[in-house]
Amino acid sequence: MRIGVFVCHCGSNIGGTVDVPGVAQVARAYPDVVFSSDTMYACSEPGQAAIVDAIREHALDGVVVASCTPRMHEPTFRRTVERAGLNRYMFEMANIREHVSWIGKDREANSNKAAELVRMAVEKLRLNAPLYPKSFDVTKRVLVIGGGVAGIQAALDCADGGIEVVLVERESTIGGKMAKLDKTFPTVDCSSCILGPKMVDVSQHPNIRLYAHAEVEKIGGYVGNFKVDVRRKATYVDWELCTGCGLCMEKCPSKKSPDAFNEHVGVTTSINIPFPQAIPKKAIIDPTSCRQFVKGKCGVCAKVCPTGAIRYDMEDQVVTEEVGAIITATGYDLFDYTRYAEYGGGRYPDVITSLQYERLLSASGPTGGHVKRPSDGKEPKTVVFIQCVGSRDRSVDRPYCSGFCCMYTAKQAVLTKDHIPDSRSYVFYMDIRANGKMYEEFTRRAMEEYGVQYVRGRVSMIVPQGDKYLVRGVDTLLGEQVEVPADLVVLAVGAESSHGAPQLAEKLRISYDNYGFFMESHCKLRPVETNTAGVYLAGACQGPKDIPSSVGQGSAAAAKVLGLFSRGRLESDPQISQVDVRRCVGCGKCITTCPYGAIEWMELRGEMKARVIETVCQGCGICTVTCPQGAIQLQHFTDNQILAEVNALCLS
Amino acid sequence: MNLAYYPGCSGLGTSREYERSTRAACTALGVKLTDIPDWSCCGSTPAHALEHALSGALSARNLVGAAKVGCDTVATPCPSCLSNLKTARHRMADDGFRAKVGRLLDQPAEKLADLPDVQSVLETLVTRVGLDAIRAKVRQPLAGLRVAPYYGCIMTRPADVMRFDDPENPTSMDDLLTALGAEVVPFPYKVECCGASYGVTRRDIVARLSGRLLGAARDAGAHAVVVACPLCQMNLDLRQTQVEWPGGRAVDMPVFYFTQLLGRALGVPDAELGLEQLCVDPAIAFRRAAQAVAARQAEEAALAAKAAAKAAQAKQAASANEGGRA
Ligand SMILES: Cc1cc2nc3c(=O)[nH]c(=O)nc-3n(C[C@H](O)[C@H](O)[C@H](O)COP(=O)(O)OP(=O)(O)OC[C@H]3O[C@@H](n4cnc5c(N)ncnc54)[C@H](O)[C@@H]3O)c2cc1C
Ligand code: SF4
Ligand code: SF4
Ligand code: SF4
Ligand code: SF4
Repeated sequence: MRIGVFVCHCGSNIGGTVDVPGVAQVARAYPDVVFSSDTMYACSEPGQAAIVDAIREHALDGVVVASCTPRMHEPTFRRTVERAGLNRYMFEMANIREHVSWIGKDREANSNKAAELVRMAVEKLRLNAPLYPKSFDVTKRVLVIGGGVAGIQAALDCADGGIEVVLVERESTIGGKMAKLDKTFPTVDCSSCILGPKMVDVSQHPNIRLYAHAEVEKIGGYVGNFKVDVRRKATYVDWELCTGCGLCMEKCPSKKSPDAFNEHVGVTTSINIPFPQAIPKKAIIDPTSCRQFVKGKCGVCAKVCPTGAIRYDMEDQVVTEEVGAIITATGYDLFDYTRYAEYGGGRYPDVITSLQYERLLSASGPTGGHVKRPSDGKEPKTVVFIQCVGSRDRSVDRPYCSGFCCMYTAKQAVLTKDHIPDSRSYVFYMDIRANGKMYEEFTRRAMEEYGVQYVRGRVSMIVPQGDKYLVRGVDTLLGEQVEVPADLVVLAVGAESSHGAPQLAEKLRISYDNYGFFMESHCKLRPVETNTAGVYLAGACQGPKDIPSSVGQGSAAAAKVLGLFSRGRLESDPQISQVDVRRCVGCGKCITTCPYGAIEWMELRGEMKARVIETVCQGCGICTVTCPQGAIQLQHFTDNQILAEVNALCLS
Repeated sequence: MNLAYYPGCSGLGTSREYERSTRAACTALGVKLTDIPDWSCCGSTPAHALEHALSGALSARNLVGAAKVGCDTVATPCPSCLSNLKTARHRMADDGFRAKVGRLLDQPAEKLADLPDVQSVLETLVTRVGLDAIRAKVRQPLAGLRVAPYYGCIMTRPADVMRFDDPENPTSMDDLLTALGAEVVPFPYKVECCGASYGVTRRDIVARLSGRLLGAARDAGAHAVVVACPLCQMNLDLRQTQVEWPGGRAVDMPVFYFTQLLGRALGVPDAELGLEQLCVDPAIAFRRAAQAVAARQAEEAALAAKAAAKAAQAKQAASANEGGRA
């Protein structure tokens, strides 16, 4: 083998504390090295040209660059050697900047260490072999899980980009939390006016297939070729026939069914279309309260339905869909504030959540948009808002900030004044987090134009007093205790991960954090990718996020999918595991250990052996340390290559 | 269960009736209390305000003493003692702190496990004896008695040290009193401060805070307040004439130790419960309870009579109808 070594000064970054020409000289004596030199900036245009020239001139078939971290420039130099006609894997990098010059001051020790790192790279390179990616076909369809605003945006962008979309929503309508909001900050425009048209687009887009009241049951396959089982839960109404006329709701005698869409402010009928703009606008029966199910007799809706859509004997149905990429947009849930006994723990009817308050403010809500207290239907004159309920509180294991509650509290206080001009609003806050465009200006307006009283401090307790509630807290700016007699208390409950998120993450083979939010691949540079190829994130499922950011991520994830599909075929990374079937004894340890399910059984002349599915393997290498036979080897990082590096370090 | 009993200094002084009723109720329930030989101060105010190790050593001395007589648990009626004993034990999980305390003691605790567990008498009764067992021994249910249970501010807090009941909305005393036949009123100030030892230095604070508690109990329709703390009892009972009642004073509000009502329900003679030591006459509460029972009975009788009259009328009408047809 003929190896060339290039040692980089990186200006004075490396040259300052490493004898760069000296290292280049030492390297010349290493086995198979036929050429070495130092270079001022290896990554620069002349630096790369010098490498290309040297390869040609000295007929090199392998190159080592000793410079910076491979994170940034390994791809650069791989392209360089490729331009000179070498295979891109006949290249190694030694990091003598982050690992040497930046961390040590002793020039002699640094130079020695640099030389040793170069030696390791050379010894590894001697065992490198050319590797070639394989290409495979892609199913150009995408699955979007969750039909909140993020999922809707992702679905529409993908569909407009010309690919087929399968949208799976757990509830009977899409829209997510945004569909429950009255107005949106900071412009205070009507939520359903801006979301409604998008929802209609989803239902009418020829490229979108919507499964509402459905959940993803099983996911198999890999990027480009996923196979997904979707469970369509029984609605007891044939949606092909239902026209959404609502006659059944009018006549249904069971009127005490839990009203989840209205956040349990009030009750609804057992057969129900959650709200007028629902998409799909179809009725669904709640079998836990419907008399036909509970008592075995009623059948009123079946009698009145003009299209004969009612099906009491409907059962769940599982359909299989093939897709090439997946976007999860499963959003968030709200913190269960009943854990705070000092706020009544759910015992006080007029202590409500922020989302319940949105329903009270909304014209399509249970009170027709008139703010009325749940207890007695009276219009509240003093409303107290408490921020950070279930956020920034380690005692309930929610140390993080939910991000959007400062803003929606300001919005709700403003709307309160609009609805009830002679009302007074108080906001207890820890800090005001208003770091979006026009956000700070908005909270200021709430204080200055709308006279909302902001009190900096926590509330220690809420006590019923007559038909009011005494809210006791501290004003940390005045250093005083304050008590406000309130008619209504609104808790700005924090965001937590959507229920069932960890289970879904496991099906998707993506990671999630301690709180159940999905993990992005890189918190700055790959915010909508996951560590599983072909699976993307959008919206609050990754962490609390307001609407603009959720929509932005929906579009970003769609762009990623369109980019992925723009290539006719996909190339697989050849740095993956491979099984040597002669050594494999079929113990199956690698199959159980692989976190990506990338290893499967195969039969070879009557014996069971392991086989790596090339497109699924992520090259993590866990299987290689599990195999008792050393039969499964990660290409480009084989046991022999790693041992060669260790030997270079320890034996020489 | 080998239970050591730590009465605390107020048990021998200002809250002798708490001490007596606790012992009497435990005897009635068959709970054996072993006294800690040569027990001393728990390290409460002022020691714990000055030096944690010193206060810890005082607590540890008592815990070690309890272990020596073979007890695995120390029960105390007083929340201040409870707080000190528990906090000391909590801090002694730290090796450094335990060593510091050890240097102050003749017989130090080698390891945390050498120190018995600490709990309040309330916790012992509710968790170890159990509400069912107590209910089974009730001889004289507290029928008609409407009570406001007041736990005080330190019995359940801080939560990670006390580890008993809900820190903000405890219900153990509610449950116990309900088991005794009393009627528990919704009382939102269960864990609010009564003013504690400010009774000595800033009487105005106690007047306001205790007044608020008593006023809320009155407004909730309670016949009595039930407490588990000597200091709370003193503020609410002894100083009741000094407090600021919101909305003006309207009642005398007896303030019982929960052990007194427990003893009474179990049939322990009043003399053993120290009822005579209360400042506000406890008979007021029992009288109101009796009135409530009588009123309810009268109401029920009236309702029954009305129903009977209605039935008779209906019958008459029916027979008249029949007669008409015939
Ligand atoms: C009271 C309140 C007021 C707010 N006001 C504003 C405002 O004025 N302006 C603003 O910018 N933001 C506001 N927000 C924040 C806003 O709600 C979020 O930014 C937005 O809803 C995030 O959208 P999403 O699509 O990521 O999640 P979601 O809205 O939560 O949607 C997620 C969807 O996924 C579905 N889903 C979940 N799990 C599954 C599953 N396993 N399978 C299938 N489907 C699933 C859910 O049913 C839901 O439809 C407010 C929030 C609250 C609580
Ligand atoms: S009556 Fe029939 S068609 Fe009309 S909404 Fe109900 S189920 Fe649908
Ligand atoms: S069958 Fe059920 S859903 Fe239909 S009308 Fe009767 S109670 Fe309502
Ligand atoms: S956004 Fe505001 S209210 Fe919400 S958790 Fe953060 S600081 Fe608290
Ligand atoms: S662990 Fe090794 S020997 Fe066992 S099945 Fe996998 S490759 Fe074969």
